[in-house]
Amino acid sequence: MTTLLKAPPTVAQRPPKRARRPLSRDWQLYSLAVLPLLFFAIFKYLPMLGNVIAFRRFRPGGSVFGEYWVGLRYVRMFLVDPTFWQVFSNTLIIGTLTLIICFPLPIVLALMLNEVRIRTFKRFVQSVSYLPHFLSVVIVAGMVGQLLSVDGTVNALVRAAGGEAIPFLQRPEWFRTIYVASEAWQTVGWGTILYLAALTTLDEDLYDAAKIDGAGRWRQTWHVTLPGIRPTMMTLLILNIGTFLAVGFEKILLLYNPLTYPTADVIPTYLYRLGVVSGNFSYGAAIGLFEAVIGLILVFSANAISKRTVGTSLW
Amino acid sequence: MTSPGRRAFHVLNAIILTGVVVVTLYPFLNIVARSFSREDEIIAGRVTLLPRGFDLTTYRLVMSDDLFWTNYRNTVIYTVVATAISIVLTTCYAYVLSKRHLRGRGALVGIAVFTMFFSGGLIPNYVLINELGLRNTLWAVVLPNAINVFNLLVMKAFFESLPVELEEQAAVDGLGTYGILLRIVLPLSKAIVATMVLFYAVSYWNSWFTAFLYLDRAELFPVTVYLRNLIAGATDATSTGSVDTDVAQVAANIKAVTMVLTVVPILTIYPFVQRYFVSGVMLGAVKG
Repeated sequence: MTTLLKAPPTVAQRPPKRARRPLSRDWQLYSLAVLPLLFFAIFKYLPMLGNVIAFRRFRPGGSVFGEYWVGLRYVRMFLVDPTFWQVFSNTLIIGTLTLIICFPLPIVLALMLNEVRIRTFKRFVQSVSYLPHFLSVVIVAGMVGQLLSVDGTVNALVRAAGGEAIPFLQRPEWFRTIYVASEAWQTVGWGTILYLAALTTLDEDLYDAAKIDGAGRWRQTWHVTLPGIRPTMMTLLILNIGTFLAVGFEKILLLYNPLTYPTADVIPTYLYRLGVVSGNFSYGAAIGLFEAVIGLILVFSANAISKRTVGTSLW
Repeated sequence: MTSPGRRAFHVLNAIILTGVVVVTLYPFLNIVARSFSREDEIIAGRVTLLPRGFDLTTYRLVMSDDLFWTNYRNTVIYTVVATAISIVLTTCYAYVLSKRHLRGRGALVGIAVFTMFFSGGLIPNYVLINELGLRNTLWAVVLPNAINVFNLLVMKAFFESLPVELEEQAAVDGLGTYGILLRIVLPLSKAIVATMVLFYAVSYWNSWFTAFLYLDRAELFPVTVYLRNLIAGATDATSTGSVDTDVAQVAANIKAVTMVLTVVPILTIYPFVQRYFVSGVMLGAVKG
């Protein structure tokens, strides 16, 4: 920005001065990139290559990349594995519920906060609502456990209403509700930040124009505010869709137990038990690769669709 | 101006937002109340907002557990070391990426950004860490996530916003790249570096899964794994032998006490650092 403002057109016509910097100085710049690149190569790209063990026989203690090719054997294995399809549908259900409920909530909360005229009250609500974002998922899972335990507050309410205490975390039919609710609790406040920032950039004139056209508060929100924050909404939606299958792995791992597997077990937790706990590395890697590829396809498609329909895209 | 409808809306809005505040804060207050309550009151389900049958036995018990303190110290060490590594790597790479004239810049950005959308996955990472011999070492905890690409992009955006003239002037005065970065750029970037330190430190303080995955020995665990094992029932609350009679008696609030002790540092600094996080996130949003 600064450079654009300060460079008059005449200067811009000359070959840019910085393009002719001595190579030696750029070498120093490249040298700063060496360690970070090593990091990416070893800890990010090597594991990507390591996925070949999905197609090779892996023996613990043997080569990281496996012993010999077995082709699509492990892919076929999970395609006929009933547990895989169970966890696959659980993943889709939990992912969809999370998206439907946790994506719009920050928008609603941001719109509500935006209407607050008392600054201190607004700041207070914001500060409190960000708080859960700073907690470890272990703490959140612990809190969920305490609130939902037989001696917890939720059951105290159930009893007060004349019901029997419910061991919520042991009941498969409750798991999705618990997961999505705790996810909403943890993310809603933090999610408002970007929307509130987007709201402050909206042009006041648009509201005035809308008022002159006779638009009430609701119509102003519908026709001015929402379109105004649409780029932010789309960007976040694409990002959410990209991480759709990676549903809160750590939290589920902390919250579920064999009793709730029927509804709680998702692809990442299944492949954790299968790969790490039981040592079926190649099989686990095949499922992991499948998941990662779907994730990549989802993010690229969401991006392409968004680019074509509303003109917002990540790249 | 304020029609009855408008006023009703504002009142309703305030009520709902107050509800949000209550719902958000309640679990914290409940944990604190439980941590100070007597066992029988908790089991009877009578503890909500205020402690019942005020009792500090469990605090004494947890604080006298050597393993708890060892793990707490581990968390501090892991957080400090990991944050230091992350800051150095992120700053260097972000600085390089912020140089628009640099050849191959697009590729360097792409290498980083691609890892946001595609990763090797759990199993290959697990195999890799084992093969590198990092299992049961500090490095397994502090290295695998050393650069967070979102943080990297935030820092890159910040460096790009600095006036180019300053660095050019410094170059004319004979400073090399390292000199410019250390003596000109970094002093101007204290705010963003501080934000990054906070971002990284909080995430390392809170993390548990890498440690859970790659560390087998209890004395290496961070406190989050200690807490996780406690909640999962894998640890008997205490490893000290001095408290045998009390153990059963305080089992119900020991989780609450450990949670409170783990979260206290975060809650203590939260009011002071919260706005830096917010500005950091917004900076990231402006140039993603």
